[in-house]
Order: sequence, then structure tokens, then C-alpha cells
Amino acid sequence: MTQPLDSRWAVLWVHEAARVVAENRTRLIELDRAIGDADHGENMDRGFSAAVAKLDAGEAPGTPAAVLKQVAMTLMSTVGGAAGPLYGTAFLRAATFLGDAEEIDAAAAAGMIRAARDGIVARGKAEVGDKTMVDAWTPATDAAETAAQAGASASDVLAAAAAAAHAGAVATEPLIARKGRASYLGERSAGHRDPGAESTALILQVAAETAGGPVG
Amino acid sequence: MKKLINDPKAVVNESVEGFGIAHADLVTVHPEPLFITRKDAPVRGKVGLVSGGGSGHEPLHAGFVGRGMLDAAVPGAVFTSPTPDQIIPATTAVDGGAGVLHIVKNYTGDVLNFETAAEMAEAEGVTVRSVLVNDDVAVEDSLYTAGRRGVGGTVLVERIAGAAAERGDDLDGVTAVAQRVVDNVRSMGVALAACTVPHAGVPSFDLSDEEIEIGIGIHGEPGRHKIAMENADGITQRLLDPIVADLKLASGDRTIVMVNGMGGTPASELYIVFRKVAQLLEGLGVSIDRSLVGNYITALEMQGASLTVLRADDEMLELWDSPVLTAALRWGA
Repeated sequence: MTQPLDSRWAVLWVHEAARVVAENRTRLIELDRAIGDADHGENMDRGFSAAVAKLDAGEAPGTPAAVLKQVAMTLMSTVGGAAGPLYGTAFLRAATFLGDAEEIDAAAAAGMIRAARDGIVARGKAEVGDKTMVDAWTPATDAAETAAQAGASASDVLAAAAAAAHAGAVATEPLIARKGRASYLGERSAGHRDPGAESTALILQVAAETAGGPVG
Repeated sequence: MKKLINDPKAVVNESVEGFGIAHADLVTVHPEPLFITRKDAPVRGKVGLVSGGGSGHEPLHAGFVGRGMLDAAVPGAVFTSPTPDQIIPATTAVDGGAGVLHIVKNYTGDVLNFETAAEMAEAEGVTVRSVLVNDDVAVEDSLYTAGRRGVGGTVLVERIAGAAAERGDDLDGVTAVAQRVVDNVRSMGVALAACTVPHAGVPSFDLSDEEIEIGIGIHGEPGRHKIAMENADGITQRLLDPIVADLKLASGDRTIVMVNGMGGTPASELYIVFRKVAQLLEGLGVSIDRSLVGNYITALEMQGASLTVLRADDEMLELWDSPVLTAALRWGA
């Protein structure tokens, strides 16, 4: 059963994102400990828990964009590090792209992911191959657009994005980092998965799962 | 992990709360969102200086809030940059009408959060400039990294720019002095053993008893390589050589030298390092005109030290000597 991508879906997505981030908190810390400063899991857990608390406390915002915008502001003010401004910008740009739409169709789903990705690139100035979350977001964007153009449903677009993000995260393992704290390791950063790419894959995976589409 | 804490999540807030009580004559702690200002902020007509970064580097930055140094410090979570919603009110709170300078260490998170905050504070009508401290010679400054990190040089930038602001220099003037310090200061660090971040509960990196990590940043993250343990003189030479080479220090140059402990190294060992630095610089005909030896920018309880050398000019030395009254640095006041 696929679920319409409305504001109820957006709230569900954020709840599930918080759950999966909390579940993977230690693993993200371990990935970050290998090549960064061991705080990614902690920061993401703090940010998404706060986002859920904020959604639960008030009246649910009426559009997907309103939900995502509230999440953006909460992440920006609670996550810190590089991930705070990057994920904050991603959710904010996705919200701006969606505008007043009550429901997200396939083209809008792809557009929302592209807007998020472009926001991350603009803020962090990283490119594909730098071993950052861009290495998950960019293939996710490409896959989403390909699926949307081929006539896939909105939930299938998210599923395609999630699968590509996961593959992108795995593909960061052999890379030598050129941005972020891992870049100080030089060649020693090879052999470890980028924690930001991994958290991206997790969040897109639950986006697809909550939409009810098949996740490959 | 054995630490003198109550709850890993409360470490920063409880620590800053205690700091505020201990130094109530110097600072005001603003709890929500968290930032610290000097007691008499905003000082009318004076450029406001704001710095901040992850916690765990005490006394940086809160310890340097006060007359002749910072107007506000913004602590993030341990080893994590503060967020814009903290930096913006800190910035507006210390604007005495002459604008605000952000002193930012070159870490991706710090840069992104301060950049975002500066844009938003400008939108609220505060003129904001920023300088990026990037003194760590362990990091090759190339297109392939995030650039040199800001480490010990930050303390010297904060003191000298703080003195210029206290003297009444305008925003352009304070920014220019701060930038001149950034351009002439270099640092290099070494770790003998890792620290444990409270919320992680395990050491931040692995280092055997026979190894040391040369070229670390202030979180213990590497810059150059692991080598076999050496004696203090040997390690000191490894810290100083790249600094001398990068600054192209030559006979007749005058310097301010800081030997900084990372939190887990006794003062006696820092003085052994300083002794060797003095001998080596003397051999090059370089004078040490002022010095600091102690814990100024730490990495929790990490064992190790960093060496910072500033090629100083007359004005920098004069500003250095002017009164400073903060929790961690005070003279002449």
C-alpha cells in the first residue's frame, strides 16, 4: 500500500528518520570515529529527536513543506558541526521547492531531492568524489529524476533515490576524503565509509519505506 | 571511562554554569541559547569580538571573555561547533554600535555555522566581519583538504585583536590586525595518547604505548603521521621545524611563543618543550619576546602539546602587553 505524500507522510518520515538515526547512533559514531571526530551519530540523534519533539508538541503543520521547514530550523539549531547547516539547508531547500503543494507527486519528489542536494552543494562546496554526503545525494538525485521521467510513482521515485544513496554511501569506502574533517587524514581516510553519506542513505531509506514503495 | 561528570548530555551546560558562578565578576552566562558575554557588554562604541567552537578546549573560548579579549564566547557541544541560533544572539548582544568581528577556526562546521549566523545577524542590522584562523602547518594547504585548521594561534588572535578593539580601533582596523596575526602565526601539535569524549565513552583514536601522532588538531585528529615515541627534545624539533620553514623565520625575527598543553600533560613537561624551543630559536637568531606556557586550548584530557609561534611586530607586542582581564589570562589590569 502506498501512502499519499502529504503532510502526514512528512511527519511520519521525520519520526522514522529519528528512529533509524537513534538506532544507528553508535554505528554512525564509529564511522565518524574512524575518519572524523566521533560525533556524527550523537549530533544527528540530538537533532532528529528535537525535530520529533517539536512536531509532537505543536499542531502538525498543514503541508509537507511546512513540516520540512520546521525540521530544517530545528536541525540547524540543534545538530551543530557541519551536519547541522548541511541537513538544515537540505530540508529548507526541499521545503522551498515544494511550496504550497498539499501532496507530492513523482516529479515533485524528484525535484525536492534535487533541491536538497543543490543546497548541500552550495553550502558545503563539495563535489562528487570528495567523500562526503554529496556522494549519496547526487546519485540519489539522478536516480529519482530517471525514475520520475520513466513514469514511476512518487513512492517508487523515493525508493530509487534510497537505493542509489545506499550504493553511493558504500562507494565512498575506497575514496580519499577532500572535504570535511576526514580530509586531514589524506590516504588514511580510504577504507572507511563516510558517515554523512551513510546517514543520508538511512534518511532516504525511511523516506521510501514510509511512502510504502518497494525498497531495493 | 571514568569522568567527573553527572550526565554525558549535561556536561557543557553544567560546566558553563559553574564557570559563570566562579567568574560572576567577569562574565554573564546566557543559558538558552547558550553563550557567554563579558559582564559590561555591550561596550558602547567598541568593536565586539565573538568567537566560539566546540566545547572540550577549555579555557578556550569562555576563559578568554573579558576586558582586552573577547566580548562573547559561544560554546558548542563537545568537539562540535555551536549553532547559528546561539551565535546570532551572542553577536547582537555585544554590538556596541561599532560592529562585530567573528574569530572563526577553520573547521568545516565552525565555518558553516558562523557564515550562516553572520548572514542572519547582518539581516538584523549588525555589521559583521570575520577572520578565519588557519595556523596549523600539519595540514597541507591545498585544494585537496578543507585547508589548514585553526588551532593554538586562535588564542593569540583573540588577545591581540581584543586589545586593538579595547584601544578603540574601528571594525576595519581590528579586522586588519586580526588578519595580520593570522598571516604570521603557525602551530603544530603532537598527541601521546587520546582523549575520551564523554558522550562517546571510548578514546577518540587508537595510539599504542610506543607511538605518537605528529601533527594533530585540537580533537586529536591526525595531520601528518604516526611515529615511534621519542624524547622531548626530538619531538620539539619535529614541532618547530615545519613552523620555522613555513614562516621562513630568519635571524632578527621577534616572536611570541606559546607552548600549550592538550589537557593531560603536566606543566613540567611543557616547560621541557619550551626550553628546547628557546634553544633552537636562539640558534637561529630568533628572539622570543613574549611567551605563554600552560593549558590554553586543550582537547579534554588528551596527552600532548602544541607549539605556536607568532612573528611579531612592534604593534602586536604593544597590544599584547596592554591590560587583559579574563578568567584564564590576566595581566596589567
